[in-house]
Amino acid sequence: MTPPPGEQKAAEVLAKADALRQGLGEGFRDQLVASLYQESQRIARRSVRRSGTGGWSWDQRIDRIVTSPILGLPLMLVLLSVVFWLTIAGANVPSQMLATALFWVEEQGVAVFQAWGLPFWLTGLLWNGIFRGLAWVVSVMLPPMAIFFPMFTILEDLGYLPRVAFNLDWLFRRAGAHGKQSLTMAMGFGCNAAGVVATRIINSPRERLIAILTNNFVPCNGRFPTLIMLGTIFVAAAFPPALASVAAAASVVGVVLLGVAFTLLASWLLARTVLRGEASAFTLELPPYRRPSILRILYTSLIDRTIFVLLRAMATAAPAGAVIWILANISPGGVSLADRVAAFLEPLGNAIGMDGVILLAYIIAIPANEIVVPTMIMVYMGTGMMTELDSYDQLRQLLVVEHNWTLLTAICLMLFALLHNPCGTTILTIWKETRSGKWTALGALMPLAFGFTVCFAVATVARAFGWGS
Amino acid sequence: MKMNPLPGHDCETCPARAELEQMGIRLENYQYLVALAGNPNTGKSSVFNALTGLRQHVGNWPGKTVSRAEGGFSFNGVRYKLVDLPGTYSLLSASQDEEITRNFILFGQPDCTVVVVDATALERNLNLALQVMEITGKVVLCVNLMDEARRKGLEVDVRSLAKDLGVPAVPTVARTKEGLHELVRTVAGVVTGEIRVSPVRASTDPALEDAVSELAPLIEALAPGLPNSRWIALRLLDGDHQVRQALLRGEFAGLAEKQSAAPTRSGPLIALEGTR
Repeated sequence: MTPPPGEQKAAEVLAKADALRQGLGEGFRDQLVASLYQESQRIARRSVRRSGTGGWSWDQRIDRIVTSPILGLPLMLVLLSVVFWLTIAGANVPSQMLATALFWVEEQGVAVFQAWGLPFWLTGLLWNGIFRGLAWVVSVMLPPMAIFFPMFTILEDLGYLPRVAFNLDWLFRRAGAHGKQSLTMAMGFGCNAAGVVATRIINSPRERLIAILTNNFVPCNGRFPTLIMLGTIFVAAAFPPALASVAAAASVVGVVLLGVAFTLLASWLLARTVLRGEASAFTLELPPYRRPSILRILYTSLIDRTIFVLLRAMATAAPAGAVIWILANISPGGVSLADRVAAFLEPLGNAIGMDGVILLAYIIAIPANEIVVPTMIMVYMGTGMMTELDSYDQLRQLLVVEHNWTLLTAICLMLFALLHNPCGTTILTIWKETRSGKWTALGALMPLAFGFTVCFAVATVARAFGWGS
Repeated sequence: MKMNPLPGHDCETCPARAELEQMGIRLENYQYLVALAGNPNTGKSSVFNALTGLRQHVGNWPGKTVSRAEGGFSFNGVRYKLVDLPGTYSLLSASQDEEITRNFILFGQPDCTVVVVDATALERNLNLALQVMEITGKVVLCVNLMDEARRKGLEVDVRSLAKDLGVPAVPTVARTKEGLHELVRTVAGVVTGEIRVSPVRASTDPALEDAVSELAPLIEALAPGLPNSRWIALRLLDGDHQVRQALLRGEFAGLAEKQSAAPTRSGPLIALEGTR
């Protein structure tokens, strides 16, 4: 078979190019790049004039502190803690107000449906299932997001994120990963799916895969509300009221740091096993500090982020609410489907410090992590007595008194919230970016394996010390 | 939302009002295709948002835009499609964002490519502009962040820049929309051929120059009328895998055919003519 004439001619041209390249020798590419740089330099120098020193020193002085080897990391921690503390301390009151209002609406709705004589299952499905799920999502997630996202966006707009990457770069390089992974990781705090797409900035396919597979180790904002709630209900409760919100913030910061540590550990493991190789060098540009534009920050953080996440949560919470209500209310043989599944998962859940309901919630919440807690609560409530959860105290009551949660349960759940399979969107994104079933499966299962291992270890050790059995 | 009309024009009375209209995602029936390229973090997305009225996320860190965004605007009643490409420092290596940018400029055949550069870091930024100009001559340099340059005490002589590069250059502050009207007017001039361009080429080593001039005619024989055979020759000499494959598949010949089918709009210096 002879190739078409065009292709043959093209092959001849390529052969000629190869021959010519031989003649040019090794340094040719460097020369090419050098000539481009020389030309840019020549033109730039002719057209730019520097008058005085302007604001140079101002930017540089801040950078010297923010990216200093000694102060850089502690400063970052302080900033992170302040952001979480403001979120936790500020979200409490509006959360309760929203919950009170929304559950009042639920009561009225149920009363109206009953007055009209509508069948119990319709009332249950619509109000106790779907509406309660939505009400939970709105009241618990909206206030912290409305505080957290604007602050995060301000830091982003200021130009602080690349400094974070700069501070963390050496850690990633030592793990055998690309320094730019610190940027895609930072992006993952917003949304893991977005973080996975952002890995396109990494040139080497090996290092890009590491960044994709480990992105899920940092909590996205679908998971922050869970962490913040657990920190507020359980960790804060172990401290005197004056320190409560500080302790809650510290526990969330702790989980975030753990996430970074696991990102590094998993990267290191991958770089030593299936994705072996050296870290490649790169230049990271530190952009100038820019005064954030207030309107844009409000738009980005409230519309692009808060409303986006909220709508996504609501879109999955509504059908999930219906599914859970059905599971909890169809009871062949007197035991509800939800209870049966939960009972089946109980031994596994118990082994890792949690229970069957929590695992069931994680299975139902695969489409979106935002609905893990509402799912759990709906299953608990559907099976037990109806409680109105219009405050954190009542939620605590439900979990601790009625369902035997301990500090160990909360800690294991916080760990599991950090270390479990990515949400459906992220899994789909990993597949789109890698086009490989193998890497997608690894990306989905590796964090889950970490989660089971870590939670099992924590639960076993804690119980061995007779603590939180 | 409309932007201020051109200064010095009494636009209430003149028949063809020089005005910019943001078209958002309405892209149907566009007449010209305009690409936005530039280093990361130079404000490309700000330019994009200001022209199209869309709200592509803008963030102060390199690597924000990794895929391309598309939007539309209309100027003097002529519709344009604007494509925001990922920010890159160069077109020479093979990371995915660079490939997206390069392939779009090469195969998407934009009628004009706006290279957004950071006025405070021209030395580094012009590097990309020169590489884009190797692929297409229809380039407008958008010298953005002029406010930061002023703050840092830098004076950028945009006219000398345009003269040295051989393509028009427009000073802008995309965040406050300063200079964007002039930018669009210049783009309109370049796509219609009213503004002639004569892009400079970075001078290279004589041995390399010889090799290029030996190879370029062979490529042109394969794809007659191809405007950037010189750039393709350079890429082949560098052993660029993608360009080799494209040549084998006859993709460049396809480009040249599309090009010769299009009506010639103007002068000899124009590199790529779009076809709709």
